[in-house]
Amino acid sequence: MDVIVSQLFTGASTGAVLLLVALGLALTFGQMGVINMAHGEFLMAGAYTAYLTQQAVSNSDVSLLIALPLGFLVAGMLGLLLEMTVISRMYHRPLDTLLVTFGVGLILQQVARDVFGAQPKAVASPTWLHGQLDLLGYGYPVTRLFIVTIAVGCLAGTAAVLKYTALGRRIRATVQNRDLAETVGVSTRGTDRVTFFLGSGLAGVAGVALTLVTATVSNLGTSYIVPAFLVVVAGGIGQIKGSVIAAFALGIVGAFLTYYTSGSLATVLTFVLVVAFLQIRPQGLFTVRTRSLA
Amino acid sequence: MKRFSTLPALNLIGIAALAVALLVLAPAVLDDFRLGNLAKYCCYAMVAVGIGLAWGRGGMLVLGQGMFFGLGAYVMAFHLKLEAAGPDAIPDFMMLYGNGTMPAWWEPFRSGAFTLFMVVALPATVSTLLGLAVFKRRIKGAYFAILSQALAVAFATLIISQIEVTGGFNGLSAFTSFFGYSLYDPINQRMIFFITAGLLVAMLLVAFQLYRSRFGELLIATRDAEERVRFLGHDPANIKLVAFVIAAVMAGIGGAMFVPIVGIVSPLDIDEVASIGLIAGVALGGRATLLGPAIGALAVGYAKTSLSETFPGSWTYFQGALFVLVILFLPGGLAQLPSYLGRLRPARKQKQVPALQAEGAA
Repeated sequence: MDVIVSQLFTGASTGAVLLLVALGLALTFGQMGVINMAHGEFLMAGAYTAYLTQQAVSNSDVSLLIALPLGFLVAGMLGLLLEMTVISRMYHRPLDTLLVTFGVGLILQQVARDVFGAQPKAVASPTWLHGQLDLLGYGYPVTRLFIVTIAVGCLAGTAAVLKYTALGRRIRATVQNRDLAETVGVSTRGTDRVTFFLGSGLAGVAGVALTLVTATVSNLGTSYIVPAFLVVVAGGIGQIKGSVIAAFALGIVGAFLTYYTSGSLATVLTFVLVVAFLQIRPQGLFTVRTRSLA
Repeated sequence: MKRFSTLPALNLIGIAALAVALLVLAPAVLDDFRLGNLAKYCCYAMVAVGIGLAWGRGGMLVLGQGMFFGLGAYVMAFHLKLEAAGPDAIPDFMMLYGNGTMPAWWEPFRSGAFTLFMVVALPATVSTLLGLAVFKRRIKGAYFAILSQALAVAFATLIISQIEVTGGFNGLSAFTSFFGYSLYDPINQRMIFFITAGLLVAMLLVAFQLYRSRFGELLIATRDAEERVRFLGHDPANIKLVAFVIAAVMAGIGGAMFVPIVGIVSPLDIDEVASIGLIAGVALGGRATLLGPAIGALAVGYAKTSLSETFPGSWTYFQGALFVLVILFLPGGLAQLPSYLGRLRPARKQKQVPALQAEGAA
């Protein structure tokens, strides 16, 4: 029983990190169909933003709170720049976008390595996140709970934007039928840009949050990008809720597999599970019904 | 693209020219060290020929070829480790990381014939199983690309974790001989170069024949209009599967030759970053052409060595820029350049070159 509770928590906290990383992808890949491999480098940009903010503010208790919106802005602007210069030229070539953004990611990584050095930078976590919270006779690190909170917050924010705002309506309209949206006066190009800004910004927030659990290095993104894409693929393109379920499912399954086998074997088994799952549902957990053949 | 494929003679001349350059010119002018480097690029070029088949002709963006490369490489490395250890002895690293005993499934790799069989059979089996699972369920486009990439991640992770049998992160190295021939002898190194270059030329001939065949036509048709091929009564899954398996076997053979040439194989050679790096040469040379992928891979390999020698760190910028510029502005690769330039001169009437299709819309 103890094992189950503790592994559930570990899994949920891994799932929250996955969700945080995948949420931005669920917007850019899921809603727009753009495969942005540089998403991982936007995480890194967020993480370095947290580091720089801490250098500037020096009070680690408040720097994290400043870094969260700042990371959103930095990564969002990077994303906007990428969309306007590169991605907008190749909306009709989704697979090529993957390769081009991979190249952009390589360049961003090397820039970070040249600017910040190859050594990992440590970001001190605020004192109010130290310690543990006792629940059900178990101690949970507060940092982990904080990440779950951020993930849930971002999720709620994204869902609210999509569901209740005019912008969200434009985004959904563009996803569902680009031509018709254009016909009724939605600027689909503008909508694309804003969606990409939001999705990339979420990566920045995730990057700031990641500094609580991992060291800040230039290749921070590479270890997260592939699992995050798997989450979106398993969850199904076009619906955020699929990504949410997939993130927590992968996190929890991974945690139990890690407990019973080993961390690396769990990675392999998780992959096998995703392929097996796609055998049952080739389009992922939730799909947008269409009549198209593709 | 069509311009080249309709001129089979031109392609054969190209293969012949490459064969002469590799097998006659290069050994005559290059020193042993450079020749060894060229042999390494030839290994990458073998993978590239396969990627050209799967991606350029078949529209399947294979981001996990490092895994098949790794299967071939590790199989060969198992054999060479056992050869280095000598009969009835076990490889040195097993003493270091393990408990000094060798798992039973290593034993068959003492046989050279079994090793050569596995170099082909293992990538073929794995790719067949994976291909059946993926293509029969009509998983394609971006989904396929991401899955194949995840595969490379999973495989590299697995290799790192099984340190007692794979050498873990450090990989396998310190080989002494290749099927009885000492690896320290420069003559034998040359022999290995000739085998590698010969294999590359052979693979190009295989690809040449495939591209001319009905299968080649069907493969392109599947890339450009999969549904239409289905409606005509063919199963696109089978067509893609064949291309995918051939590409995997080519990658496996490339990996197997990589081991005696470079003298080490580690997870860094086969992980997802290495896998996607293999794509760069294919894109540069022209993904849908016959010779483009191989020549592109040779060029990228050469550029990597020379750039890393002179300006460390600049290679990453170069590789990144290569991906961005080539794919953004020259999706057909350098092979597209003549027609691209031709279009700039309005006076000469240019035959329309069919554009690369939008890969069956995500």
